Amino acid sequence: MSSNLKPEQTALQTLDPPKSTLGVYGWLRKNLFNSFFNTLLTIISILVIYYILKGSITWVFTTAQWAVITENYRLFMVGQYSSEQLWRVWTCLGLVSLLFGLSAGIWKGTIRNLSIVLIILYLVHTLVPFVSSTGKMWIIINIGIVIIGYLTGPKIPKNKAITLVGWSLSFPLIIFLLNGFGVFPTVKTNIWGGLLLTLLISIVAILVSFPIGILLALGRTSKLPIIKYFCILYIEIIRGIPLITVFFMAQIMIPLFLPEGFEINNVIRVMIGATLFTAAYMAENVRGGLQSIPQGQFEAAKAMGLNPVHSMAFIIMPQALRAVIPAMVGQSISMFKDTTLVAIVGLIDLLGIAQTVKSNPEFLGRHMEVYVFIALVYWIIAYSMSYSSRRLEKSLGVGER
Amino acid sequence: MKKNKSSLSILFASLFLVFTLFMAGCTSDDDASSDESDSTEESGSDVDTSSGDDGEANPSDDGSTLSTIEDRGYVVVGGNGQLPGFGYVDSDGENVGFDIDFGKAIAAAIFDDPEAIEVRPLSAQERFTALQTGEIDVLIRNTTWTTTRDTELGTHFGPTTFYDGQGIMVTKESGINTLAELEGARIGVETGTTTELNLADQFRKLGITYEQVVFDDSDSLVEAYESGSVDAWTTDKSGLVSRQATLTEPEAHKILDEALSKEPLGPTVRQGDDQWFNIVKWVTFATIEAEELGINSENVDDFLDSEDPVVRRFLGDEGELGDMMGIPNDFAYRVIKHVGNYGEIYNRHLGPDTVFNLGRDLNENWTNGGILYSPPFR
Repeated sequence: MSSNLKPEQTALQTLDPPKSTLGVYGWLRKNLFNSFFNTLLTIISILVIYYILKGSITWVFTTAQWAVITENYRLFMVGQYSSEQLWRVWTCLGLVSLLFGLSAGIWKGTIRNLSIVLIILYLVHTLVPFVSSTGKMWIIINIGIVIIGYLTGPKIPKNKAITLVGWSLSFPLIIFLLNGFGVFPTVKTNIWGGLLLTLLISIVAILVSFPIGILLALGRTSKLPIIKYFCILYIEIIRGIPLITVFFMAQIMIPLFLPEGFEINNVIRVMIGATLFTAAYMAENVRGGLQSIPQGQFEAAKAMGLNPVHSMAFIIMPQALRAVIPAMVGQSISMFKDTTLVAIVGLIDLLGIAQTVKSNPEFLGRHMEVYVFIALVYWIIAYSMSYSSRRLEKSLGVGER
Repeated sequence: MKKNKSSLSILFASLFLVFTLFMAGCTSDDDASSDESDSTEESGSDVDTSSGDDGEANPSDDGSTLSTIEDRGYVVVGGNGQLPGFGYVDSDGENVGFDIDFGKAIAAAIFDDPEAIEVRPLSAQERFTALQTGEIDVLIRNTTWTTTRDTELGTHFGPTTFYDGQGIMVTKESGINTLAELEGARIGVETGTTTELNLADQFRKLGITYEQVVFDDSDSLVEAYESGSVDAWTTDKSGLVSRQATLTEPEAHKILDEALSKEPLGPTVRQGDDQWFNIVKWVTFATIEAEELGINSENVDDFLDSEDPVVRRFLGDEGELGDMMGIPNDFAYRVIKHVGNYGEIYNRHLGPDTVFNLGRDLNENWTNGGILYSPPFR
């Protein structure tokens, strides 16, 4: 302060300095306590948050008995898949790790972040005490695979093509490994369970419904009346019934319709049901994308001499699909969570296994722990999906012109 | 360009065709299903005559359940994966429970291997469809024997393995001892079960007014009961007992003596294959008979050189009891050796060493005052 002025004079002549808006204290004053009403709101909120947190933290660390999770961890992950055949699940996981590693090395960005999440999940599993030592060995191998893939990925010639082919072949390969089909001892689908089954059903439903959805959307916009009205009929019927109805039909009615001795496995039935259901919604999403394309694009494609197939494939579809990525990812996430409904029709997916585990007499009454755990698992996966969709939108510039 | 357009339309046309075929396939099968049930009845009567012939059943009989099972190498049991004590999955991923053990007994009788079973967990709704369509060989899933199920649903019920009844749990503090004292109480039930109906029936009969509170599953029901938002809750007595053990203060609660319903639970097979029905029936009886004769899995070998003709016939040393059904004569020996007698099965899953500590009561052998009674093996 200037030394010429006496302190009394300063006090008379100058106003108080404005209240500090810097630092923790300043921030609090500016945002939480800037008026009487806000102060009241802040205090009430703090009290509410305090009681909720206090309750949950006490429950998580003292009341809850997490043995129900740790003792049944394998059940949650793979259901009743027999432990002698577990190496097949690990091999599948290894394949996925390798593809993640390669993709992370080649494309960086989103997939690298997802790979980091994957490694963190693996690391968590190596640290917790309840994973068996063989399990830990496999997990460490998987971490190694991701890192090796990441480092070698960019150096392999034609790496992008190889990785893409790898991804597309991985799913049939995984199904083959899990089932065995005579090459290995067959593990029947009825003992596939837990997270494994949840992932399989949702991946099949999401991947297969995508092409069917595109075809249905094109069919619905087609000028050929039979195709058009068939597609409309299909889409509207499916969209008019709840998913659980589809599952009940798949589980209870389809077996009655089939001729005697001809049996479709109940897991396959549910997969078909989920796929057909999602396809109808995908179709509507894609159709929304098609409608967002201005007429000029169609005309321009025609003017360039492209035939309808080419103009669809190279001009219209890429733009249409790009526009509806958020809607389609939303649909995929909701399908992933809707697979829990299969627990009602007797399959033991992650929710089904949770219900099975809580009926074990050793763990009676431990249902809260079980449900909290599976909620966490669902959240991790659903959030990863929505995170990668956001990144994808950004990199494709959706919503920007 | 024209060509390409037509190829696109061919693509759509074929897609359409596939769906139409699928639809057509469904509807025509629908029509066929009514014929189908006739034909199974016919083939069933064939089996009937052949097994009744001179006691020499033909296991390779076309379409018989037993020959299908023998070709397959294991029995498919429709079970419950989520009923404590009766059918659940333990931490090693194995199906265990009271109901599952009767499935194992059948496998032991046919294959001499109690593990030759595959358990298909079924929901309450799909269990009868799975049985009718042949997806499972035998349904052992706490299924109550009723007239409708025996007739309309086309099932045969084997011997009752567990006599249950619906009960009501109240807190000791409430001082309620009889149903009549529940006047005006809030009673919790699980939705969609027969317990809801039984409760309404019984209370209407007794002229008691009450408030029904419906819950989606037993966990939320028990939670509501513990927190005091309902005064009492009802389900099968075995269920009440098993949940009582998990309450924070098990001693503070009690189960009323009165039963609201009769719930005889037992194995079920589809109609039309009497040979298979007989096998399920007599394998189950074998566990009950063994307890009556004092034979269990530990001492069964000592009984092999018994002089008692009843025991000798039972264990297959004499006579052709098994042959008559198309399974080995020593089937009862195998069942007892591998799975044990009724008492052992009961104690393993529901008895004093388990959390349930469920009294035998009605499920005691008739020689001990219960109503389990096996017809003679001869």
